[in-house]
Amino acid sequence: MSGNGASSSSLNMISGEDVVNNNLSALVVDDSPLLRLLHDIHLKKYGLKVQVAENGKVAVDLFHLGASFDLVLMDKEMPVMNGVEATKELRAMGVTSMIVGVTSKDGPGEQQAFMEAGLDYCFEKPLTPEIISFLLEELNKHNKD
Amino acid sequence: MLGSGADRLRADVNRLLAFLFHQGILDEQFLQLQQLQDESSPNFVSQVVNIYFQESEKLLRNLRSLLMERKLSDYKNIGIHINQLMGSSSSIGAKRVRNVCVAFRAASDQNNRTGCLRVLEVLEHDYCFLKNKLHELFQIEQQRILAGGVGYPMQN
Repeated sequence: MSGNGASSSSLNMISGEDVVNNNLSALVVDDSPLLRLLHDIHLKKYGLKVQVAENGKVAVDLFHLGASFDLVLMDKEMPVMNGVEATKELRAMGVTSMIVGVTSKDGPGEQQAFMEAGLDYCFEKPLTPEIISFLLEELNKHNKD
Repeated sequence: MLGSGADRLRADVNRLLAFLFHQGILDEQFLQLQQLQDESSPNFVSQVVNIYFQESEKLLRNLRSLLMERKLSDYKNIGIHINQLMGSSSSIGAKRVRNVCVAFRAASDQNNRTGCLRVLEVLEHDYCFLKNKLHELFQIEQQRILAGGVGYPMQN
């Protein structure tokens, strides 16, 4: 999937009830226990199987061990290995999961650098139900292709 | 069956929430949080908010410690702490704290120590106010449930 930034204002919003899916899996990569919990619960509400990782290295190691996920929510600023480095490593490994960057309010240059690491999308925190619905709709479309 | 005690407490909860929204302390992201609470995760909101308190207090302590260093030069680390606080505050709907973080980051980006210290004072004050109000909210909510009311999401 090619990198393609999207802002929440340009999304086609659909109802969350339309995208409840029991076949999709997600990895939440964030050093904040709060954000890990929030995204975990949020994604589980949509029927996804969710795993969490506290930094980019843990995420990369999971993939090295043979794990696979349909969706990766990748925080940008993390200790040990940040989101930019982790995304580059995953893409270099041949990982084709949808990787979505999640950032605090960054300058456009910083988001661009994150996108260029290999993200499919990049959004500011917090991820709203509308954004999650959009991502799941895109995942469902991709899985049908 | 709801007693008048539960109804009165529900009105108190709604009044406090309306105050917090009107004053710009909270935004609609807090409502999103409430929507995620259900029978399978009945304490979700208080669980998330308590984690937010723990994380925020650690970040605020670290920020004060960094800014009090005699030869302050690690503005990059200060920026990272501010970003973390901004992200978690946005995620629970702590609008005012988040907005102060934006001002804090502007001062940090300019390597303005005096400005950073001034904003940190405001941030610590606003955070304490938020924490007190959320504790009050949870207390009333707990009393309401004990009085026979149902938990979130609130029914008007």
